[in-house]
Amino acid sequence: MSSVISVAGIRKAYGSTIAIDDVSFDVVEGEIFGLIGPNGAGKTTTMECVEGLRTPDRGAISVFGLDPVRDVYALQQRVGVQLQEAQLQKRITVWEAVDLWASLYPKSADGRRLLEQLGLADKRDAWFMTLSGGQKQRLFIALALINNPDVVFLDELTTGLDPHARRAIWDLVRGIKDRGKTVFMTTHLMEEAERLCDRVAIIDRGRIVDIDTPPALVARHCPERTVLLTTVDAGAESRFRAIRTVDAVTRADARYTIRGRGDDLVTEVIRCLSDHRIHVTDFRTETPHLEDVFLKITGHSIRD
Amino acid sequence: MMALRHLWKLTWLELKIFAREPLGLIGTLLAPPLTVVVLGRIFGRIPTTSPRLTTFVAVDLPVFAAIFTTLNAVQSLVTIVSIYREGGILKRLRATPLRPQTILSAQVLVKLILTATTLVLIVLAGRNVIRVRLDVHLLSFSVALLFSTLSILSIGFLIASLVPTARFAQPVGSFVIYPMLFLSGLFVPVDALPNGVQIIARVIPLTYAVSLLKGIWLGDAWLAHAGDVAALVAVAILFTGLSARFFRWE
Ligand SMILES: Nc1ncnc2c1ncn2[C@@H]1O[C@H](COP(=O)(O)OP(=O)(O)OP(=O)(O)O)[C@@H](O)[C@H]1O
Ligand SMILES: [Mg+2]
Repeated sequence: MSSVISVAGIRKAYGSTIAIDDVSFDVVEGEIFGLIGPNGAGKTTTMECVEGLRTPDRGAISVFGLDPVRDVYALQQRVGVQLQEAQLQKRITVWEAVDLWASLYPKSADGRRLLEQLGLADKRDAWFMTLSGGQKQRLFIALALINNPDVVFLDELTTGLDPHARRAIWDLVRGIKDRGKTVFMTTHLMEEAERLCDRVAIIDRGRIVDIDTPPALVARHCPERTVLLTTVDAGAESRFRAIRTVDAVTRADARYTIRGRGDDLVTEVIRCLSDHRIHVTDFRTETPHLEDVFLKITGHSIRD
Repeated sequence: MMALRHLWKLTWLELKIFAREPLGLIGTLLAPPLTVVVLGRIFGRIPTTSPRLTTFVAVDLPVFAAIFTTLNAVQSLVTIVSIYREGGILKRLRATPLRPQTILSAQVLVKLILTATTLVLIVLAGRNVIRVRLDVHLLSFSVALLFSTLSILSIGFLIASLVPTARFAQPVGSFVIYPMLFLSGLFVPVDALPNGVQIIARVIPLTYAVSLLKGIWLGDAWLAHAGDVAALVAVAILFTGLSARFFRWE
């Protein structure tokens, strides 16, 4: 797998605010790569440097071997861009926008089909200002796809959307990947990153803290697993304590909380239950998520 | 070639979008000719024995309408550019293969086309009202007006580059435009102003636009106004340069 985007040690300051510093990562062909972090972490700054819309103070960026600042016009032919918080003219119609964008590239996708696929066919003649939040975002996806790009940039695509619209957008993003395109996205929603991204880079206060697949990040930073079960078996507690991967067992009446580490914990608890014929009336497991990873490695919640 | 096609596409689209805003359309295209009709009716009916009134209706009124059109173009350019910047529309367009100068030229072209259209409407409206005939070369006058507008629009771009938000654009535009208007020689001839004020009047670009438009309307030769033309060209170059230096896309 070859890398499509390669970012090495970029830094960008606005006056005395250092927005990003020493940011490095690679985006591999065909993957959905997510840059995740709280508000003001530097996601947009990083992404817009890669798009050639901002110039980093230092460091190097290459997209298909092109320099985003020097070769911006060559790059634009091969990438599709959705910007955070950018609008269109209030009274431009959906079709006029698609038609204008299509006219700007030497070869373009079929706008009509694109609108159909994105569920905007019946909004063709609607003014931009009359669209719902989800419809506006879908129009921006259409504009980002109009030139059949190899890489698509999506900056906080689902912010401000209700859960239903958000899920619909997630399906569309998976669809982009299925067409063989590479997706570089940002989000501050950990659930979104977990469900969509093949790999994520966690950015906090302008610095990348770790990069990997969501399961690998969880395994590395939050190996703790928890099993919650209910049993009236008198000898159960000592049996649980004897399990190799168990760290702690707490008990409230018949309800046990078994904490341990590693993916084997759950299997071993189940084996213990079956070996000793312990009868349980309830059984649940709790696994950490990216949210917990973030808390663990940055020391603060992403929602702060 | 490509850039020209893009420029025309964007200009046409912006014109259509502009036409969808009823208030802007009325204010821009209809207000100046209506002013001519109303004022012309009021003053034009008075028997033309008073020479002052005659000059007012025959000379000042048309020039006034022309200048009003120009200033309206500047004001709306400042407003639209700051609204587009605030809404991220400028940034959105810049992230396409459109060249920066194409995006901005389209806005200027829209204003010039609207100015030309307004001029035609003023002439059509004025034909029945202004009964005092003058040997006005309409083609010459149109060229003078479009040229002045283009020059003054460059000031609009600088204002647009400097105003922080769209909410500021309107008042800031007015604070620059209306004082300029009063000193430009449109109402009181520059020579009749107090000495100190005359100096200010001479550095105001609008003064040269007024002088050029009045002169051409009265049938002067272009050569007689070479100084005005030179001043307006200098203004255009200076302010376009300054705007290029200070223009902010977001
Ligand atoms: N144009 C600018 N001028 C000055 N400061 C800026 C500018 N753009 C960003 N910043 C600052 O740089 C930092 C990073 O901002 P950035 O927009 O990249 O963050 P983000 O991760 O995209 O945040 P969000 O989730 O809110 O979109 C912030 O402190 C922000 O205030
Ligand atoms: Mg952002």
